[in-house]
Amino acid sequence: MLEIKDLHAGFDGNEIIKGISLSIKKGEIHAVMGPNGSGKSTMAKILSGHPAYQAMSGEILFDGKNLLEMDAEERSLAGIFMGFQYPVEVPGVNNAEFLRMAHNARRVKAGEEEIDPLDFDDLLSEKMKMLGMEKKYKERNLNDGFSGGEKKKNEILQMAILEPKLSILDETDSGLDIDALRVVSEGVNKLHNENNALILITHYQRLLDYIKPDFVHVLSNGKIVKSGDKSLALELESQGYDWVTTAN
Amino acid sequence: MSDEQNSVSDILEDNTYKYGFTTDVESETFAKGLNEDVVRAISKKKNEPQFMLDFRLKAFAKWKTMKVPEWPNVHYPPIDFQNISYYSAPKQKKVLNSLDEVDPEVMRTFEKLGIPLDEQKKLANVAVDAVFDSVSVATTHKKKLMEVGIIFCSFSEALQEYPELIEEYIGSVVPVGDNYYAALNSAVFTDGSFVYIPPDTISPMEISTYFRINTEETGQFERTLIICAENSYVSYLEGCTAPQFDTNQLHAAVVELVTLENAEIKYSTVQNWYAGDKETGKGGIYNFVTKRGKCQGDGSKISWTQVETGSAITWKYPSCLLLGDNTTGEFYSVALTNGHMQADTGTKMIHVGKNTRSSIISKGISADYSSNSYRGQVKVGKNATNARNYSQCDSMLVGDKSSAHTFPYIETANSSVQVEHEAATSKISEDQLFYFESRGISRENAIEAVISGFCKEVFKQLPMEFAVEAQKLLTLKLEDSVG
Ligand SMILES: Nc1ncnc2c1ncn2[C@@H]1O[C@H](COP(=O)(O)OP(=O)(O)OP(=O)(O)O)[C@@H](O)[C@H]1O
Ligand SMILES: [Mg+2]
Repeated sequence: MLEIKDLHAGFDGNEIIKGISLSIKKGEIHAVMGPNGSGKSTMAKILSGHPAYQAMSGEILFDGKNLLEMDAEERSLAGIFMGFQYPVEVPGVNNAEFLRMAHNARRVKAGEEEIDPLDFDDLLSEKMKMLGMEKKYKERNLNDGFSGGEKKKNEILQMAILEPKLSILDETDSGLDIDALRVVSEGVNKLHNENNALILITHYQRLLDYIKPDFVHVLSNGKIVKSGDKSLALELESQGYDWVTTAN
Repeated sequence: MSDEQNSVSDILEDNTYKYGFTTDVESETFAKGLNEDVVRAISKKKNEPQFMLDFRLKAFAKWKTMKVPEWPNVHYPPIDFQNISYYSAPKQKKVLNSLDEVDPEVMRTFEKLGIPLDEQKKLANVAVDAVFDSVSVATTHKKKLMEVGIIFCSFSEALQEYPELIEEYIGSVVPVGDNYYAALNSAVFTDGSFVYIPPDTISPMEISTYFRINTEETGQFERTLIICAENSYVSYLEGCTAPQFDTNQLHAAVVELVTLENAEIKYSTVQNWYAGDKETGKGGIYNFVTKRGKCQGDGSKISWTQVETGSAITWKYPSCLLLGDNTTGEFYSVALTNGHMQADTGTKMIHVGKNTRSSIISKGISADYSSNSYRGQVKVGKNATNARNYSQCDSMLVGDKSSAHTFPYIETANSSVQVEHEAATSKISEDQLFYFESRGISRENAIEAVISGFCKEVFKQLPMEFAVEAQKLLTLKLEDSVG
């Protein structure tokens, strides 16, 4: 599904990602861990097409298509979803309205008609219930004044509405309280199936107790310095990053 | 006296007059320049009653003693008032044979705004076929209005048909010497619109200058007078979203509204004059307008809604004079500036009567290199017991080279008054747009959503189709400016 080949990337000519190769197949869950500033969010932004970040060399193929030639809108419509580490606030734009716009953009792309607003409201209610979100978040403006945890839940709500093929969740767990972490993780697990894939960026092994990764990668200074299975996360938890970053 | 008359007739009949300029005989345009004779000649040409001439002369005398206002936060080279021709017979706009002849930029706007083909033709002055005969649309509407006794006609026509109404009300809201440009307009205005709503009448439709289908170019100095008698209501629309070009750079209009007891006027404007070259700002229209409403009768209401998106320079403060007790004044405004545009706009709410209420909602959007100023005055007189005002002035910056300014002035002479002022500044950021795009929503729809969210309270005041068009127009103007 996703094929990253020797990618070098960054912003304004600063190289942050210094040669990454990664292959993700349908149905897989990959966890990406690594010290602060190692380039995890940059990696996610490159994948989702943030205009401020550019690839310098290398290749990214998504379902065989050259991702680097697509803009953010096209990537989203092709099935890539990014759950932001710091979701932006958009005052004045209603949350439910925004979700409906996003949902309709996909339908239009698929040559379908826009959804009936009442049907959408039902769909939204169902997904919100799954994530334990109160109805009032429909009325609120997009992330406007949301608490850190509420913003993260709202990201997963968008994921639930859009049903992407590949979701990149950037530290969705940070900011969630213990109960919310469980509810959100259960939601993510429900959305996961053999036809889609997940990249989980996280600092905490705890998340991986709920959402079980097939692979764990450690990113340090723009490179993947170690890959392994779930046990790698446990080792990191007990030993810290020095163990992998210096061993390299 | 006879000397004077000679020169007036010189101007009228002979096309060469003492300043030595000549004009083209065909076009019926006065030679450039302004003096008392020109003012007399305009009045004579239009066959006006004596009171109108006296009004003009008084205004002209006043104007000569006045200076160009320097307080607005706008900058432009001095205007040479002697280099303008103050009268030209209604010029026919060039009739085009098909839409292919229309400027591609204008066509692009039409498409984006979703203006129906027939209307596009009308707006661009393409010869229309029987399907959409604009003139007959206009006449049908006029007839419908006449049936309930509503007068809606050109100012010139009104001067001939209803001189007593005009004499009673003209200058009663905006006195001849109110300000520099109002004085100039009062001296030399050539035409405009007149509306009279008789007592106990709800206008059966929105009245619009749009029905007054012009194949004529809009005058440089327009005059509008609307009188709404006891217990009546009218909603009036001015302008349109389609881009408007004009060979005249200076526009100085005057609009006067009067409401008698329990009457209500809702006046909405969408302005999209040519703003000049986007890079250099050259060639744009200067729009210096005086708009004021007088709530004369108790319990009456005047509400201004404006969406200002064009002109190189806008200088405009639709205001309400709340004379009667329990009167209400409202001002809802969206002013967008981009390129090198400059706008200094806002309102004045003058509370004179008891229990008077006013509210001001102003939304300024500035993009590119433009400058956008809100200037609002709330003045409460000593007899205006229990007067209330609420003002909210928000600015949105797009990019980092534009500027927004707010100048609120509050003056109260009565202690029972409540005045509230709120202001906020926000920004459309690249990160917000990326957020939308990363959810598969196009940049265009993203801008539209953010802008319509920002302007919600104002758009709500506009008639439905107008609101939709206005929203699209703002998006279109901002598309190139964000990011
Ligand atoms: N737009 C930017 N401007 C300046 N520096 C940037 C920018 N984007 C990324 N960087 C720098 O690139 C490096 C990698 O940042 P990134 O956000 O990818 O780290 P991270 O691995 O996600 O860290 P964290 O665990 O703290 O979220 C950091 O040193 C960061 O300061
Ligand atoms: Mg990060």
